[in-house]
Parts: sequence; C-alpha cells; structure tokens
Amino acid sequence: MAAAGPAPGAARGPAVPGDRPLTLPLLLPAWAVIGVFLVVPVGLMVVYSFLTQGFRGGVIWEFSLAAYDRFFLDRGLFGDEPPRLEWTYIAVFWRSLWQAGLATLTCLIVGFPTAWFIATRPARSRTAWAFLITVPYWVNLLIRTVSLRFLIRDQGPVNQALIALGLTDAPIQMLNTDFAVQLGLFYSYLPFMVLPIYAAVERYDFALSEAAADLGASRWVALREVVIPSVRPGIVAGCLLVFIPSLGAFLAPDLLGGAKTYMIGSLIEDQFKGSLGNWPFGAAVSVILLSMVLVALLFYARNQAREGRA
Amino acid sequence: MSGGVRHYPGFAAIAALCLAILYLPLGVVAVYSFNASTSITAWGGFSWRWYIDVFQGPEAPRFRAAAWNSVTIAFLAASVATAIAVAAAVAMVRSGRFRGKSATFALISLPLMVPEIVTAVATLIFFSTIGLTPGYLTILIAHITFCIPFAYLPVAARLSGIDPAFEAAARDLYASRGQAFRLILLPLLAPGIVSGWLLAFIISLDDFIITNFVKGAGMETLPTAIFGSVKQGIKPNIMAISTMLLAVSILFVTLSWLAGRTGRRAAAPS
Repeated sequence: MAAAGPAPGAARGPAVPGDRPLTLPLLLPAWAVIGVFLVVPVGLMVVYSFLTQGFRGGVIWEFSLAAYDRFFLDRGLFGDEPPRLEWTYIAVFWRSLWQAGLATLTCLIVGFPTAWFIATRPARSRTAWAFLITVPYWVNLLIRTVSLRFLIRDQGPVNQALIALGLTDAPIQMLNTDFAVQLGLFYSYLPFMVLPIYAAVERYDFALSEAAADLGASRWVALREVVIPSVRPGIVAGCLLVFIPSLGAFLAPDLLGGAKTYMIGSLIEDQFKGSLGNWPFGAAVSVILLSMVLVALLFYARNQAREGRA
Repeated sequence: MSGGVRHYPGFAAIAALCLAILYLPLGVVAVYSFNASTSITAWGGFSWRWYIDVFQGPEAPRFRAAAWNSVTIAFLAASVATAIAVAAAVAMVRSGRFRGKSATFALISLPLMVPEIVTAVATLIFFSTIGLTPGYLTILIAHITFCIPFAYLPVAARLSGIDPAFEAAARDLYASRGQAFRLILLPLLAPGIVSGWLLAFIISLDDFIITNFVKGAGMETLPTAIFGSVKQGIKPNIMAISTMLLAVSILFVTLSWLAGRTGRRAAAPS
C-alpha cells in the first residue's frame, strides 16, 4: 500500500490539494468546552484560595492569605500567639500520602504477577482475561465501595464466615479502620495497576528471559535483572494511575474509614458542605493537592523521556 | 521449552485471587439483593421483593426521579461529548503535524489527570462565580466536560487504524468533503463512535463526586441518591438498585468492547 501513489501523503495534508485545512474549526469545540469548563475553573480555584472567607459559604472578593495561613500556621486559640507550624492539616496530608503509597505498593504486589500471568496466556484467553480485569473499572465506584462496606461489617458475610469456620469467636472490627481504607483503595484502583503492566509485558521480548536463563540466571534473578527493567514504564504508569486517585480519594475513606482515617478528600468536601464551610480554605487545600499531583506527573514525564532516550 | 521462562510459580494463583477480589464483593451484593428477608444479615430465601420495592415501594418516586435525571444527563452528555470528540479526533489524526498538537492532546486528557475532587471544587466555584444556580444544567455541563476524553480515546484509536486512502479515493471520484466524511469515513468510524459513546454514557451514569458538588439542593441522580441512603445503613432495596446499575454498566462495557472489535480488520491498512 505504501508504494501505491499519493495515498500515504494524504495523511500529512488535505486529501485534495487546495482543500482548506479544517483543523482549527474541528478542534474549537473541544478547546472551548475543556478550556471554559475546566481550565478556567481551575484558575478561578487558585484565585479563590487567596480570597476572604464568606459568612455562609462563598467568598468576599478581598485578597487574603488566611487560607494558607490556616493550613500551615498555628497562631493559638485567639490568633495572637507567635506562629508555630500547624500540624493538623499536614497530618491529614501525611496520612493520605502513606495510605495512597501503601495502596500503590499492594496493588503492585498483586497487579504485577496478574499482569504477567495474563500476558503469557494464549491470545484468545489473554483478551478474555484483560476484559475481565477491565470490567470492574467501569462499574460504579460508589457501588463497589458500598459492596465492600457491606462485606466487612461486623455482621457482614466475611465475619460470619470467619465465625462459622471457628477462626474467631467475636466479629473482628474491620469497618472504620485504616485496614478498611486500604482495602477500599486497593479494590478501587487495582485494574489501573494491572492494565498498563499487562500492556508492557505484552510487548516484552521473551527471548531476553531465555538469554538470561541460558546464561545461568534463575527465573527470579531474570525477573529482577531483565524483566522488571524492561517493563519499567508500565510499572511506573500503573503506580501513578493508582497513586494519584488514591491521594484524593473521597469514597473509600468516607464510607469505609471512620473519623480516625480522615483524608484529603474529606477535608476538601467538608469545606463546601452547608454554611459551615470555608471556601478559600477548601480551594487552598485543593491547590496543594493539585500541585502534588502535578509534581508526580512531571516526575512521570521526565521518567518517560529518559526511557525514550535509553 | 519457551514456556519455561514465561512461567513463575504462584503467579497463576495471584491472578485468580485478583479476579476473585474484583468480583466477589459485587457478586455478594447481587446475591443479597434477591434476599427475601428484611434483615440484610440473614438469608431468607430467593425473592424479587426488593426489586418490586424499588419500583413500587415508598421510595419509588424518589428513585424514579433520580433515575430519570441520571439517564437523561448520561444520554445528553455522552452524545454532546462524542460529537466534540469525533471532531477533535478527525483533526488530531488526519491533520498530520501541526503547532499545538501535543498541547491539544494534553488539554483533551486533562479531565483524566486532575483529581476528581479538585475538578468538583473548581467547577462548583466556577458556577458560583458566574451565578449559575446548581441543578440539572450545571451537572450536564460538568459531565460533558469529563466525558470528552472517554469518548475521544476509542474514536481516535479507531480512526488511526483507517487508511486515509479510502477518503482520498472518494475525493478522487468527485465526492465533496462532506460526502467523503458522511459516506466513507463515518461508516468506517462507526464502531469507534459507538464504543466511545457507550463509555461516556457509563462514566456519566456512574459519577458521584463531581455531581455531588454541583447538583444543588433537592436534585438527585442515582449515585447521589444511593450515597444518601447508604449513610443511614445499607438497605436491601439499595442493593437491588445497585445490582441493576451494575448490570447496566457491565452490559454497556461489553457492548463497547464488542463494538471496538467489529470490522477492525476490514478498515485496517492492507
């Protein structure tokens, strides 16, 4: 096909010479909608984080650093003490960071072998497996979280089964613990880990493993020294796809964790609920969360660029 | 012997475990939605009573209103987002290299990269600033925005597999640009469009976090109605609704997947 006349050139310009390019008018709707309804709002959110809190939600249009001051500095109960570092909100971020980090790690530990197993099936069952992993991703996240809540209640099926098996006498409290949040995050985002690694392993040249084996490497050494470096872009992508949504997760901490497992998502949500909220503070917390995500994405982009050169 | 280096002991077990973890909770909820008992703890035999309760019980009007909002918003949001995505995909895939191409791709993928809760906050602030009262319209606009990348990806993937020679041949045979698009490209692209529309539809139908922020008082979609009820405890009728929503999602993903596979070979460059 490539040698058959002018057709390949058509991909790089108008199909017929003299056609006016339609690129701009075709892209305009996408630019307009995402620009006006996402980029502008995010910009506005940054502006709001520097405004004064309104009396019943909302803002007063006066410049103020109060939101960031509240986040980082403790000025005592009456605001007249010398400022010290405020730990309350940093602790919420810290808890979210390690919850998201740990969920990423457990997803990786389960996701990598799964992805490897799928990628080494014959073509037909490979597609079926990949499809089965994909389906839960498209199932309502709220319903998935609710179903976990149902499962791990004190009187839920899991505790009933444990008692029936004689493994425990009284129900084990799982709901409203850090464990429940971990389980929720793991369960919510596991497909995000499996799919990119699967895509990477599928492109992996198994002759490399054979070469390693011929040179006397055990399969575990080959995994560490040959396979993992080769499929690293997939692993990094998977980790990012789990880590970013886990960091801002709202449903898992809210429905599975209790007051003790307060995370960034709930902190933000509370600032916009009813008349007790503080919009500039909620906006500031969102700005800080978004900056952390941007750092993670930049790290990813740099990593990808390095892989590209290597 | 080539199977040797592909096999790692224990990996099959972990993969099986992975599937079990993903499906077990959904299966349990689906089974308990058919529980005849009022208690959600004990099994009281098979029954359709909670499904009947959803449609005819005391909460039926509330669920019906929420379902109507959810389905109409999902239909409109998916349709508008898919139209925008098709236009964008044609420009991105068929225009070769142009200035701002990678920036445009980043813009289209932006809704996937910004954490949902941040999008929710930003959208709420935006509507509040321009003075648009939260309600049906604000939910619809927010949904159109985040549905675009979900509709775009399958359409663009399909389009890059269609040989431009088909359109070029039509133009050579004196088809106008519009005719070449309508009669040649659109039919070839149709599976990608269907696939993208279906994905956008379920993404809109399932959204909770953004909807919860921009819906305003008194307005409910199915997920926000479910969330409100679950806060007071998981009742069997909620499990019945959840199971129905689950079935819709699984049906739509399957259809989308099948649409993505049909005729892929026919349109590919030879």
